[in-house]
Order: sequence, then structure tokens, then C-alpha cells
Amino acid sequence: MTEASGFVEVASAETFRRDMSIRLRRSAEYICIPLLALTMSALLFSVFLLAIGKSPVEFFQLVARGGFGTAFSIQNTLQRAAPLILTGLAVAIPARIGLIMIGGEGALVLGGFASAAIAIPMIDHVPPIPTLLVMAIAGAATGALWVGLAGALRHYRGVNETISTLLLTYIGIAIMNFFVEGSLRDLTNPNKPSTKPIGDAYMIGKIPGTDVHWGLAIGIVLAIALQILMTRTTFGFAARVTGGNARAALAQGLPVGRLIVICTSIAGVCAGLAGFFEVAAIQGRANASLAAGYGFTGILVSFLARHNPIAIIFVAILFGGIVASGGLIQRRMDLPDATVLLLQGLTFVVLLVSETLYGRFEIFKVKTNGERT
Amino acid sequence: MSGGTPFIVLVAILGGALRVSTPFMFVALGECLTEKSGRVNLGLEGTLVLGAMSAYAVSYHTGSPWLGVLAAGCAGSALGAMHGFICKLPRVNDVAIGIAMMLFGTGIAFFFGKAYIQPTAPRLGSIMLGDWTGNPQLATALQINPLMIVGILVAIAMWWAFANTRWGLIVRMSGDSAPSAMAMGVSVDLVRFLATTAGGFLAGVGGAFLSLYYPGSWNQGLSSGQGLMAVALVIFARWNPLRCVAAAFLFGATGAIGPALQSVGITQGYYFFNAAPYILTLFIMIASAGSSKAGRDVPGELSIIK
Repeated sequence: MTEASGFVEVASAETFRRDMSIRLRRSAEYICIPLLALTMSALLFSVFLLAIGKSPVEFFQLVARGGFGTAFSIQNTLQRAAPLILTGLAVAIPARIGLIMIGGEGALVLGGFASAAIAIPMIDHVPPIPTLLVMAIAGAATGALWVGLAGALRHYRGVNETISTLLLTYIGIAIMNFFVEGSLRDLTNPNKPSTKPIGDAYMIGKIPGTDVHWGLAIGIVLAIALQILMTRTTFGFAARVTGGNARAALAQGLPVGRLIVICTSIAGVCAGLAGFFEVAAIQGRANASLAAGYGFTGILVSFLARHNPIAIIFVAILFGGIVASGGLIQRRMDLPDATVLLLQGLTFVVLLVSETLYGRFEIFKVKTNGERT
Repeated sequence: MSGGTPFIVLVAILGGALRVSTPFMFVALGECLTEKSGRVNLGLEGTLVLGAMSAYAVSYHTGSPWLGVLAAGCAGSALGAMHGFICKLPRVNDVAIGIAMMLFGTGIAFFFGKAYIQPTAPRLGSIMLGDWTGNPQLATALQINPLMIVGILVAIAMWWAFANTRWGLIVRMSGDSAPSAMAMGVSVDLVRFLATTAGGFLAGVGGAFLSLYYPGSWNQGLSSGQGLMAVALVIFARWNPLRCVAAAFLFGATGAIGPALQSVGITQGYYFFNAAPYILTLFIMIASAGSSKAGRDVPGELSIIK
């Protein structure tokens, strides 16, 4: 009796240790290979810079200084990381259910436009806090509708979600332009077609003690909440099963259609909120500046984070820094503004090539000894 | 002038369709070839932009627009070859690679293209098909570019080759069933690599048309989704090169509605008509994704259709 229970204890301790070892090795692999990809793309980009006669050392020094060097640049970086966290989440959540959706840019633009448009009749009649709340809801709902539509089309009509989300991005930008240059145009502003400004009193404030707007805090909270949703709840489990094998999920009786529509709508909420914050915290109005490419950078952020919401926070801050240092690099090194885009494209390609390395390194391999793991 | 406003609009749409459709046609033919071999290249949007930039740059430096077209094709094949090579690696997703190549191609094009936004490069000439009508508007509308004729010839050649040649059979078999192609001793990876490279060449030439003929200058907003729409167009054309040409004309006509209405002073809803090709593409995808005909004609190895 005592012998038996002692044996059980030893066995469970052993299992626990092995489980930990497996998890550590797996996460080490998931961290090391993307880091290797980042290093490789930095090296390749350095070779490219040398080839065109620029100094890679100066380039990366400027990225470090412009993105992370001073208190001011760090706040600037965080300011840009906020929409990147949200657009990154907009790619990651559908990716967990097996869909590659790249429509974050369109949902951001339309969400931002919807929140600016709904604010127009409320300004000066309704106090700021309820107005901002309504704006946020409008932005999130528009985003959810936009991306959720692509999810529904995917499930119920078999329309490829990658193409449809990108098409919806172009359509979304056209819808905003239609209103911004037409019926909702602020005629007192002759320079750039925009909606009426929401006014300083209605802008969302900064996080106390910083120069960073609340979008960063909301982004981080959402990332943590979505990580819990995807890894610690039945819903998240069902979604991940669907992502692993949709047919098996259907055979299990999981409501695949509903899961897909909910996950894509969550993605739309994230991107729509990014648009809301761009309007309510940065621009103060909706215009073409909303389509600044955050949605596209978010794709790279999510892939680099392996679609893990917590990792997205850190990768978004890194890329926020690279985007923030773009202006400095342009001025100091006389490089075109597309330099950051080129670096992103290169990183993305190298990162996807690195996917082929998983399972190839002996050090990450889990010794199973023929047992079930 | 016979007919008045509706006539002018129709002629303008016809002329616009002839002008706008050529890049669609080239990208769609390139994608058709790639997809026939069983692989999807979503990066052709980047290829189109890079092709446009290299064509403009080479035409500017050499003074020969046709050398520009060749350069665009070569740049396109380089991107295609890169895509083809990377997709060969195990555990690499061709749709994701396509998105990455889209960013990468656009990045290179914008990076090196900055210097060419200002200068004017020699452009491709056009063939007057409508002089006999004696109607200046029809004559303008019927001005076509030699590249359009090249595109139609390529489509006919591809259509014939798919059905009647050994090469066509090998490409189709790699796309329909990789195991049977391998059983025949065909290297599926090599076939797909070559098909993606050749497809990239065609898409690059489509880009050359954008910068060297219509709209006929290089800027960063030159292509807005044409490369991507062409991918949807191939599904609509059910992987038949001849139907690709017809679909390209349809897309060109849709894209020409907005400018045509604007030319007679109807500016209302200009942005709506600008979005018309995207909306049309979406509807076509909804309609063709569920159709049983598309299900029958789709290459069996393709991952883009469920």
C-alpha cells in the first residue's frame, strides 16, 4: 500500500518534470527561431545597405536612438505600438482558427471613420466621456462587421479569406473617401479632405505621467484577455481545435461557423478600436492619414509573434520603434521613406523561410523513448 | 457626334476597358500558369509594382521602352523564382509567402523608385485601330497598345499548349495530382518553380504597361490591388487562359465606368465607381466560390479553394 502510493508520487513528479522540459524546449524553439530570423534579416539588410553605399552601423544606431534612445522617443514608439498591438491581434485571432486574414487596414480605416462620423452630431451636445464611449463602440462594431463579414463569407460561401479581406480593405478606404470628400467633408478645412474635427475637449487623454494615449493600455489589456480566452477557456480550445483541423472539429460537433464568425469579429473589434484611437487620440478627425499602413505592419507583427497575443505586445513595441525612427533615418541618411517598408518585407520573407527550421535542431527535440507525450 | 451623352460614355468605357484591361490580363495569365501547376502566388501585386518601376527606370536610362518591358519581365521572374524557391521548402505556407512577397516587392519598388517619380521616361507607342471610322472619339477609344495584342497571343498560345503539348500536360498534372506526376518521373517542385517564375515574368510585363502606357507614369499609387484582383479573376475564369482575357476586359470596363462618367461631368459617386472593380471582384468570388463548375475545373492541388 505505502509502496504503491510512493511509486505514484515518484511517477507524477517524473511526469511533471518531463512535461516542464517539453514545454521549455518547445517555447525555446518558438523564441529562438524567430530571433534567428530577425538577426538574419538584420544581417541581410546590412549587406543591402553596404551594397548601396550606406552604413549599416549608422542605420541601426539611428533605429536604437530614434526608437528607444530617449524618454521622448520611447513614448513616440509606444504611441505607434498601440495600433500595432491591436492590428497584430486582428491577424492573430483568426490565425488561431486557421484563417489568414489581412484586412486589418480596412477595418482600422472604417472603424476610425465610423467613430469620427458618429461624433459629429454629438459634439457640444453630449459630454466627452459618453461621446468617446459611443465612438469606441461604433468603431469596434464597424470593424467587427467588416472582418466578421469576411469570416462568414469564408465559412458559408467558401470565399478565400485572404483575398476577400484585402478587397474589403480597398472598399473600406473607398467608402471613407466617398464620405470624407462628399457629404461629411469639413468645408472650413481646404487643405485635406477630412471630417469635422472632434475638438480638443473631446480627445481621449494621455495615460497620466506619460505622453502615450490610452490605446496602449487598452491594447495590452485586450492582448492579455485574448491570450486567456484562447488558452484557458472552452471557447479558445474549440477555436484552436478548429484551427488545427476544421473537418475534425466539425466531426466533433463543434459549431465551426459560429466560432469562425466570433473569432473574425473579435479581430475586427481590435482593428476598429485601433482606428478609434487613431481618431480620438492622434488625428482628431477622419481622413486619408488613417490608412498609414498599421494594418499591414500588424500582419508582420502577428507572424513574428507566432500569433501569440502576449508576444504581440513586445513585437509591436519593437516595430513601433522601427516605424518611429523612420523619419530620423530618412533625414540623417538620406534614404527614401520606403526603407522601413523594405526592411519589413525582407523580415517577413526571412521569417517565413525560417518556418522550415522547426523540428530540425537536435537541441529542441523532445526525447520520447517511444512513450506517449 | 451621333448619339449624345450615352454614346460618349459607352465609347469612353470601351476605350477605358481596352486600356485598363491589359495589366489585368498579364497578371491573370501569369497567375493562371502558376495555379495550373498547383501553387498560388498572392505576391503578384508586389510583382506588378516592381515591374512598373523597373520598366520605367530602364526606359528612362536606355531610352527604349521595350527594353523596359524586358526588364520588368526579368524583375518579375526574379520575384517569381524567389517565391517558387521558398515554397519548395518544407512547412512553408504559400499564401503567407505571397503576402510577404507583396510587401517585399512593393518595398523594393518604392525604395528604388523614389528617384523616378519626377523624370519622364519614353513611353510605349500605340496602334490606331479606329482611324477608318472618321469619328475622333471612337478613334481615341480604339487606340490600343501592342502589349495588348501580345497578351492575347500569349493567352491563345497557353490555351493551346495546355491542351496539346507535353509541357502543358506536365504542368496540368503537377497541378491536379502531384503523386501521379511524380510517378511519371516529373519533378513537381521544378515544374512549379518554373511555372511561378514564368508567371512572375508575365505579371512584371503587366506592370510595365502601367508605367509605360496607361496611366503612363511611375508613382507609388500606380497599382492599387490590380495584382490581387487578377488572382480572383483567375478563379472566375476557371483556369482557362481565354476566359482570363474575357474576364480582364470585364474588369477593365468596370474600372472605366468612373472616369468615363467623370468625362461627361458626372462626378457624383466617383469614389463609389472607383471601388466598383473591388466590389465586382468580391461578388464574383462569392458567386464562383460556391459554383460546381469552379469545383470541377480547379487544379486538385490548389490550396486557395477549399
